[in-house]
Amino acid sequence: MTTPTAPPAKPTRIAPIVTLDAKFFWDGADREEFLGQKCGDCGKFVFPPRPMCPFCHSLNRQVVKLSGYGTVHAWCVPRHPPPFGFREAPVVAVIQLDEGIRFVSNVIGVTIDEMKNDMPVEVTFEPTMNNHKVPVFRPRAK
Amino acid sequence: MARKFQDAAIAGIGATEFSKESKRSELQLAAECSKAACDDAGIDPRDIDGMITFTIDNSDEVMLARALGVKDLAFTTRISGGGAAAAATLYQAMALVNAGLCKNVLIWRAMNERSQYRFGQNPTNTTSYQSGNGTGSLLWCVPFGAMTPASWGALQAQRYMWKYGVTNRDLGYVSVQQRKYAATNPKAWFYEKPITLEDHQNSKWIMEPVLRLLDCCQESDGGVAILVTSLERARDLKQKPVKIVGAAQSIPYNVEVISNYYHDDLTVMPEAQGTAKRLWEQTGLKPADMQAAMIYDAFTPHVLLQLEAFGFCKAGEAAGFVKSGGMAIDGKLPVNTHGGLLGEAYIHGMNTMAEGVRQVRGTAVNQVKGVAHVLVSSGMAGAVLGTA
Repeated sequence: MTTPTAPPAKPTRIAPIVTLDAKFFWDGADREEFLGQKCGDCGKFVFPPRPMCPFCHSLNRQVVKLSGYGTVHAWCVPRHPPPFGFREAPVVAVIQLDEGIRFVSNVIGVTIDEMKNDMPVEVTFEPTMNNHKVPVFRPRAK
Repeated sequence: MARKFQDAAIAGIGATEFSKESKRSELQLAAECSKAACDDAGIDPRDIDGMITFTIDNSDEVMLARALGVKDLAFTTRISGGGAAAAATLYQAMALVNAGLCKNVLIWRAMNERSQYRFGQNPTNTTSYQSGNGTGSLLWCVPFGAMTPASWGALQAQRYMWKYGVTNRDLGYVSVQQRKYAATNPKAWFYEKPITLEDHQNSKWIMEPVLRLLDCCQESDGGVAILVTSLERARDLKQKPVKIVGAAQSIPYNVEVISNYYHDDLTVMPEAQGTAKRLWEQTGLKPADMQAAMIYDAFTPHVLLQLEAFGFCKAGEAAGFVKSGGMAIDGKLPVNTHGGLLGEAYIHGMNTMAEGVRQVRGTAVNQVKGVAHVLVSSGMAGAVLGTA
């Protein structure tokens, strides 16, 4: 007979706020896919998602899987007020993605002393309240 | 009557007291500061014919006009972009007067931003992230624990600080100087409360390793209003007229308010660079022509970024400029002589523009000698105020 264990703690991170133009992104994140918006005509990436390509004004949007690789462009650790939904202070970072776009996220599995600008990171996912997931980043495996 | 181009001037400024608990409605604060600005100018509030505020101000134009007894309002508008666009209110008022569309334009901003709600805390609702406020990408920050203006501002500043080796201790010199100004300003919340660099360094981390408590503006209750009219008319009114020599706004591609991480170079402030370019072109003036600058200081690093964007300092050199006393009263460019949003109060940048007016009038408590021109910058917009 196995000893009963406590159920895993429920996710406390707040769920993303979903707008129509970005729904593909968050739907993908729920499936642990890190998706981006690429113009179906001129092929350029944009972020944040938008209904029209700012380069060629095409409405032909392609949803493509991103590499999930990038570097830490800027970062900081919110100490006060403690951000809602986090048991430990998270590292918040602007990630420069290999596709040339930027994305605000977290760097996990690091201490503040280990944080360095331009350090390579790769995507992973963390659960939120209401059974959603968000892309976060960890130091890139060598 | 045919319209003709007319120079614009600030004829009146008004404010309530700055507190942490006003004990009255935001609409009342709006009415009080608006009446004070009219009284300062010597204009009957009933003659206001244009009204401008921020998209996120909670008071309704009609309700305020009704309190003031405004007879016939000809124009109302609101600026998006929160405090970053504060000076865009002056820009629009100037344009209205220039175009001959309005005679007496009232700009107001009033809020119980400490006692009724708190900008500095985690959000309790996300309505301010909706369209119309210039802050759409905040939605992309919140699930990651970036939930406060300090967190967004710190992320914006960190790469700049890293690139140029600016430390949090370096930022402390901005804070110490502004609190020195506030200490001699009886209207300031931190009147007679100067700080030392060690006080700054001992204050708690808000956003490690970028911002400590004493790098952040206050949360305040209060209202500030500015009355803009034609220069010609202002000459016949109560106060020495303060000419709006020029005003401009700039929102370059992929720039947005505060969650501003998507433009090319995060070590500069492109919106302030764009504003500077327009302003210097429009006025034919240059940084060396300014005797003082009033710069939006929600957080200390943004003072440095704006000093560089407007050309007062070269890239990466603003921290050294401040450390060597550059923004002191006897420095090369006195900055935020009322104490700024850190030292006086946070009325969304409006109180900082009012200080620009006082410097041109020669009535500031920390008066700079021989002021002909003052730069007022809120980052995404700016104005040059000058003697008539």
